[in-house]
Amino acid sequence: MQHLSFSVMPLALPLAILFAGISVGQSKNPGDLAGNAESGKAVFVKNGCYQCHGYQGQGGFAGARLMQTKLSQTGFIGFVRNPPPGGMPQFRAKIMPDQELADVYAYIKSIPEPKPVKDIPLLNGL
Amino acid sequence: MSKSKKAPSVVERVDRRGFLRGAAGAAALAAQAPLAKPQQAERGSPAESTAAVEVAGNEKPGSDFMIDVIKSLGIEYCAANPGSSFRALHESMINYGGNSMPELLTCCHEESSAAMAHGYAKIEGKPMMIMAHGTVGLQHASMAIYNCYADRVPMLVVLGNILDVNYRRGSAEWVHSVQDAASLVRDFVKWDDTPVTLQHFAESAVRAYKISTTVPMEPVVIVADGTLQEEPIREKNLRIPKLVMSSIPQGDSGAVADAARILVAAENPVVVAGNVARTPRGIELLVELADTLQARVHDQRLRMNFPSNHPLAGRSGATRATPNITDSDAILALEADDLWGVLHRSTPINRFGMETRPITKAGAKIITVSAVELNHKSNYQDFGRYVEADIAVTGDPEATLPELIEAVRKLITPGRKRAFEERGKKIVEANRKAHQMDLEQAALAFDATPVSTARMAGELWAQVKNEDWSLVSNDRHCSFWPTRLWNFTKQYQFIGAQGGAGVGYNAPASVGAALANRKHGRLTVSIQDDGDFNYLPAVFWTAAHHNIPLLSVMHNNRAYHEERMYIQLYGAKYNRAVDRSDIGTALIKPDIDYATVAKGYGVYAEGPIGDPKDLGPAIRRGIERVKAGEPALIDVVTQPR
Repeated sequence: MQHLSFSVMPLALPLAILFAGISVGQSKNPGDLAGNAESGKAVFVKNGCYQCHGYQGQGGFAGARLMQTKLSQTGFIGFVRNPPPGGMPQFRAKIMPDQELADVYAYIKSIPEPKPVKDIPLLNGL
Repeated sequence: MSKSKKAPSVVERVDRRGFLRGAAGAAALAAQAPLAKPQQAERGSPAESTAAVEVAGNEKPGSDFMIDVIKSLGIEYCAANPGSSFRALHESMINYGGNSMPELLTCCHEESSAAMAHGYAKIEGKPMMIMAHGTVGLQHASMAIYNCYADRVPMLVVLGNILDVNYRRGSAEWVHSVQDAASLVRDFVKWDDTPVTLQHFAESAVRAYKISTTVPMEPVVIVADGTLQEEPIREKNLRIPKLVMSSIPQGDSGAVADAARILVAAENPVVVAGNVARTPRGIELLVELADTLQARVHDQRLRMNFPSNHPLAGRSGATRATPNITDSDAILALEADDLWGVLHRSTPINRFGMETRPITKAGAKIITVSAVELNHKSNYQDFGRYVEADIAVTGDPEATLPELIEAVRKLITPGRKRAFEERGKKIVEANRKAHQMDLEQAALAFDATPVSTARMAGELWAQVKNEDWSLVSNDRHCSFWPTRLWNFTKQYQFIGAQGGAGVGYNAPASVGAALANRKHGRLTVSIQDDGDFNYLPAVFWTAAHHNIPLLSVMHNNRAYHEERMYIQLYGAKYNRAVDRSDIGTALIKPDIDYATVAKGYGVYAEGPIGDPKDLGPAIRRGIERVKAGEPALIDVVTQPR
C-alpha cells in the first residue's frame, strides 16, 4: 500500500500568515453572528478541522494556525467559503452553515494565548 | 521422481582428504595473493577476504560453498522468515558458517526482512542479505524491495526456488516454484541472475554485490536453486572471484567547470540536496561548497546531507516543506527528489485540468548532478517529470563535489567574494528569524492533550541531546519538528524516509538501523507512526529476540491521517460531507493499545500517554532499557501532525 503526499501542504505557510499574522478587521462587528465556543469546539472536531489545524488550532505542516486568529468573523467565514486556490478545501454552507462557522470562530478565539518561548524550558537554548 | 532416482552426475566427487588438500592449497594461495583494496572504502567496505580462493568439492552440500561465497563479501547479517526452498542454505549458514558473517536474524515476515536490510544499509553504508522463497516470500518482500530501490539503497536478495521438476516434492513445492523467480521484482532491482552451477553462483553473487554497491546503489537478486543448494558439491576447482569495487562515477570536468561559472556569477544561488552524502565526507563537502559560495542549502532530508543548524541551512519559512527557489538565479540540484515539483507549482488533487507553472526566477539557470540517470528503468515512474536543465552533470554528487568546489574557488574574484559575504549575512539573518518563528510555533499547544508533535520532539530531544544519538525515522508526519528543533550534525543522525513512499517501512527499517548502530554504541531512537507500526508489528519481537536496542516513540494519532485529510478534502470538493472521513481511515473503536502489543512481543513498553507531563519520565525509563541492550516502546497519543 502506498500513500501519497498531501499536496496542499506547500501552501500552509501563506495560509498561516493570512490567518494569524494580518489584522483585517475587528473581531466583533455589529453584523456578527453570536457564536458558542463549546459548540464550535464540537464542530471543529466533528468536521475534522483539527486534522490539519490541530485540536487547539495551533497549525502545523498541513494547516495554518487558527488559535487567536486576527481575522474578523466575516473575514474568517469569507476565507472558509472562498479559500485561495491550492490551499484548504472550500467549505460551502451545505457542509458548514454560517452558524457553525460562527461557533468555530468563537472556539478558536477562546483558546488561550500560548506561553512565551522563554517560559518553556524545553525550548530554551534551541 | 525422487532425488534418489535421478540420473547420476557426470561431475566427479572428491573425498574429504582431497577437500582438505584443496583447502590447504587455497589457504596458501590466499596468503600469497595480494588483497585488492576496495576503491569505495570510506564506508561499506566489503570483507578483506576478497582474494581468489579455490574451494575443492567433497560431500558437503552446494549450500556450504554458497556460504563461502557470501562470507567473502563481508555481509554481517541475513534476515529471513524460514522457507523450505532455501532450507539447505539456512542450515549451512548456521552450522557450516557458524551463524556469523552473516548471522541469521529471525523475521516474522519477508517485508520485515527487506525493510530491516534497508534501514541497516542506510546506517552502515553496505548491504545486508535477505533470504526468501522465490514465490510467496518474494511477493511478501516486494514492497520493501521497491522502497529500497526508489531510495537508492543496496541489498542482496537471495531467493530459494526449485527449478527442476524432478526435485519438487508435494504440492507446496509446486506452488512455491517458479520459472523465472526474479521477474516479479525485475522492474525495481538493479540486476538479477539465476545461476545453474556453483561456479556460476560464485561469479554472480560477487557481481551482484559489486553492482548493488556501485552508485546508484540498488537491490540485486540472486536465485539459489534448490538442487544446487542441496546436492553434494561435484564441481571441481571452484573459485570465488575477487571483489573489486568499481570507481564511483564522477561528473565530466568540462560540465563541472561550466556549472562553477554559473554558480560564481549568480547573485543568489541555492543548492537543493537530495541524495548527496553517502559518507560523512559528503556532509563536509557540501558545507565546504556552501561556505565557499555563501549559498543557501536546502536539504530535502532524503539523507543527512547538511547540518540542520548551519547558518546557511535553507528554511522555507517555518515548515521546511518545500525548497524556496523563487528568488534564486542559479539552482544546483544534487540528486534532488522531484526536482520538477521543486521548480513548479501545481493546483492540487484534480489531475484533469491540473495547472502547473514554473516558479523559478526568469532566466534562472538549473544545474543537475545525478548518477541516477545511469540506471533509469521504464515501468516504475520514480524518475519524476522531465526537467529542462541548463547543465546536466551525470555523476555521483559526493564524488563530483571536490572538483566543483575547486572550480568555484578558481573563479572567485575579490569582488565576488565581497558579494558572497554580503549574501551570506542576509541568509544568516533570515535563518535566525525563521528559527525564532519555529520556536514560537513549537510553543503553541505545548501543554495540550493529545500531546503536540512539537512537545513530543522537544521531550525526546531533551533526553537524547547529550548522547551519541541516531534518529532513524522520517519526521514529515510530525511537522518536521525534529529537523526544526534538533541539532543534526552527523551522517548517522538522520536517514530520511522510505524512498518509495510505501507505508510499513519505518518499524522494520528502524530495527535494521538500530542493529547497525548497535556495534557503534549509539542510542537509536525512532518516532514511529501508528499506521506504519500496524503493518509489521512483529518486527518488535525480532528486535527483542536479537537484543536490538531501539527506543520507539509512538506518534499515535489514531488514523491513516494523510488519507483522512484527502477524504475530507474530497468531501468538501463535492459538497457532500466532511464529518465521515474517519470511515476507512481512523484506527479507533477500539483504540489500539500499542504498549500491550509491544509487551506481547517481549518489548518493554509504556503508554498510552496523553498528558505531556508524563512523557519525559517515560522516555527516560525507556532509554534506560535501551542502554541495557533491549528495545523499548513509548506510546504517545498525539495531535494529528
